Amino acid sequence: MPAIGREDWDLSAFRALFTWPGLPEAARLSLFTGLIATVLSLAITTLILASWHGTRIAHWVEAALSPLLAVPHAAAAFGLAFLIAPSGWISRALSPWLTGWERPPDLLITNDPNGLALIAGLVAKEVPFLLLMSLAALPQIHPRRCMIVAQTLGYGRVTGWMKTIFPQLYKRIRLPVYAVLAYSMSVVDMAMILGPNTPPTLSVQIVRWSSAPDLAQLLTASAGALLQAALVVAALALWRLAEHLARAPARRWIGTGVRSKHDLSLRVFALILAAAIAIALFGGLLGQLIWSLSGFWSFPEVLPDQLSLKTWSKQAPGMANPALTAVIIAGTATAMAVLLTIACLEAETRLGLYPGRKAMLLLYLPLLIPQVSFLPGLRVLLVQVGIGVHLWPVVLAHLVFVLPYVFLSLSDPYRAWDTRYTRAAATLGASPSRIFWQVRLPMLLAPILTAAAIGFAVSVAQYLPTLLVGGGRITTLTTEALALSSGGNRRIIGAYALAQTALVVVGFALAILVPRLVWSNRRGMKGLA
Amino acid sequence: MIKQLVCAAACALALPAMAEPDPKDWDAVLAEAKGQTVYWHAWGGSTATNDFIAWAGKRISEDHGVTLEHVKLVDTADAVGQVVFEKSAGKDAGGAVDLIWINGANFASMKENDLLFGPFAEDLPNWELVDYENKSAVRNDFTIPTDGMESPWAMAQVVFYYDTARLPEPPKSMGALAEWAANNPGRYTYPQPPDFLGTTFLKQALHGLLDDPSILQKPASDTTYDTVAAPLWAYLDGLTPSLWRQGRAYPTSGPQQIQLMADGEIDLAISFSPGEASTAIANDQLPDTVRTFVMDGGTIGNASFVAIPYNANAKAGAMVLANFLLSAEAQANAQDPNVLGYGTVLSMDKIGEEGRAKFDALDLGIATITPAELGAALPEPHPSWMTRIAEDWVSRYGVTQ
Repeated sequence: MPAIGREDWDLSAFRALFTWPGLPEAARLSLFTGLIATVLSLAITTLILASWHGTRIAHWVEAALSPLLAVPHAAAAFGLAFLIAPSGWISRALSPWLTGWERPPDLLITNDPNGLALIAGLVAKEVPFLLLMSLAALPQIHPRRCMIVAQTLGYGRVTGWMKTIFPQLYKRIRLPVYAVLAYSMSVVDMAMILGPNTPPTLSVQIVRWSSAPDLAQLLTASAGALLQAALVVAALALWRLAEHLARAPARRWIGTGVRSKHDLSLRVFALILAAAIAIALFGGLLGQLIWSLSGFWSFPEVLPDQLSLKTWSKQAPGMANPALTAVIIAGTATAMAVLLTIACLEAETRLGLYPGRKAMLLLYLPLLIPQVSFLPGLRVLLVQVGIGVHLWPVVLAHLVFVLPYVFLSLSDPYRAWDTRYTRAAATLGASPSRIFWQVRLPMLLAPILTAAAIGFAVSVAQYLPTLLVGGGRITTLTTEALALSSGGNRRIIGAYALAQTALVVVGFALAILVPRLVWSNRRGMKGLA
Repeated sequence: MIKQLVCAAACALALPAMAEPDPKDWDAVLAEAKGQTVYWHAWGGSTATNDFIAWAGKRISEDHGVTLEHVKLVDTADAVGQVVFEKSAGKDAGGAVDLIWINGANFASMKENDLLFGPFAEDLPNWELVDYENKSAVRNDFTIPTDGMESPWAMAQVVFYYDTARLPEPPKSMGALAEWAANNPGRYTYPQPPDFLGTTFLKQALHGLLDDPSILQKPASDTTYDTVAAPLWAYLDGLTPSLWRQGRAYPTSGPQQIQLMADGEIDLAISFSPGEASTAIANDQLPDTVRTFVMDGGTIGNASFVAIPYNANAKAGAMVLANFLLSAEAQANAQDPNVLGYGTVLSMDKIGEEGRAKFDALDLGIATITPAELGAALPEPHPSWMTRIAEDWVSRYGVTQ
């Protein structure tokens, strides 16, 4: 980097990285929190679906958890921190009458050295994501038919589901699971709030290096970013290996014909887990709502002495423009991503142009490489080719992150769409375009809108791409929220968290409501098939 | 013909240099600034500073037709990074950053890497009001001479605030602090170094532990460093087990201590602003039983500056803003605890009747101490001390769980 007097190639940055005494622990934390959070998220999602999918309770769980996908990671983390901290809501509710605490106990709950609070936060956020991905893919597997067969053979619900449906479902949600793993390992905002900080996870330390006043540490940050990318690749390889090793025993288990007797207790346990996640996220949001309305609020009061609109009346005028910018960027990037995805998928079906492994890897690369690893380079590139600060480079940068998620959520339902419909329509004389517009698109309306809502949420939550590509001049609710969160004022953090969530909730509400309204007279289109 | 071409080429080359605004010709600066938009990159973590910057923008728009956009940073180094990236991409004019709120290591780093425009600060018209005779910090930023490459706008000095409802008699020396913490474990902490307030606590502690702190004014050398830093490590080894969370976690920034104190987690906290506690009380963030004090033997002080990057787009507008920040009006407003509660860099003898009246009218707030109680500021140590101490702190306490 010649601008700071470094023009030669050497390994000093890597030396600096490897002499940092916290490195082994930070790398271990990244791997441990990422892997455990992914295993737990997948297990909980599967258990909830196996126990309750297709029942009325499943609709309740779905209704409770899907909107929670809209809670930005940082907001969820702040919410959870306020619930479980020694001075948090749970502790307040039990003090002093039960615990005897007049003052918060000196307990290390958030920022614990093993990252357990961070894992809890990640699981609470990723279960709704995997659940939504699974629900979008499930109708293609015809779960009801499988279950009827399994139950006729005398299997209980959970066992039957695990044996007949899970193998098919896992195949379809494998990429989202990989994305969860990569994301959990390199998350920054959640790890800063909930994760340990002596030392922090590797991704947090990279951000610290890149914002150190000593410019040479920018290079250490780059070296760290490469290591982070390598760690993610290693974890993905480990995961694939585990998949491979699990295949044979799983087949054997399916073939043994064992019928489990624990189905009922498993189903109750699944319900408790779902409720815990909903309470963690809803409770956290409620806590932030009350903080945004509170005057002075001391421990162990469960509610503040007085409520006021002071925070909102001071912050609301400043929120309007960033909110509008966020909607414009997210709307454009999402529309582009949906169009590109549908065009790709339609080319597959009509022309047989299947993307090769390399093309798919390229598409998913932004999800697998930590953002801190390549965004600074992208920024130098933009300035070098003379592109100043405009909205559209930011939109394009967002597209890079939105596209994989949209492709991820849409490709499986799209590909798994029963092609017998095509044949039936073609037999009736419909042209490929007509089949696309009048059969395929309407039938896939729900997954397309779900994918769009996810894309919108991903864009609204982007922090680093907006900051770096926008040169700090493009402000969205998220960049404002993160700038203000460094001040640690719970009232303002709460107000911004709610505003961010509200923006994304609108997107998801539309994705859920529109198909229900359009198809209110079509029972088979409501995802029950 | 060739001569003309050479001349034209030379003129074209010389033009950008000639176009740099010169603060000695202030009328020309004002004329050029009119209609410019100044992007001020400043920490955005506090609504109080954000509101003050918005106010300053309104005022320079009224007086000089300059538009101010506050680019809210999580960290000042992000703005430095932006300039570095622009330089490495060859963008030597029309850069994104016009003005940076800066001091200490960030300034040292930018100055050393030739990333700044200037000198300009001591040619600003309002420089005449600055108390540079008595406040050496306005010309020496962490012992680095500013050489006019940055303009001061606020004074900061270490204070501690405490809740009188829980702690009637605060400890007034580093020794007393350690003793009190040992008897009341878990009730004190400091922001995690390399956060600037956290490293400031380490400097303050080192100052209190050394017999002759003047050695800190010279750059640290391999021979002096170990001996000088030894008492600090001995002190921290004793203090850390009685810190909040036994030193296994720290708040990440200064303002986070406010929330910890409001929750009753800690009883005592360090701050760089004599008015911070008053401002927090006014915002319902702290109970009105909180008060401020300084330790015996004085506390470290420094100044906050604004600097203009070498490739800034609106240098004239940026200088107009830097000059406005030095006016009695802006300085008195910044000192108001309901606004910022920052100390002034001006001399009361230089600003005239009207200017003094603005300061006299301020109600400094319930938890603010007077300049007399604050006492003279101790100078900041040379940055080399801090770089080493922060590094060693990380390996001793920052990665050990």
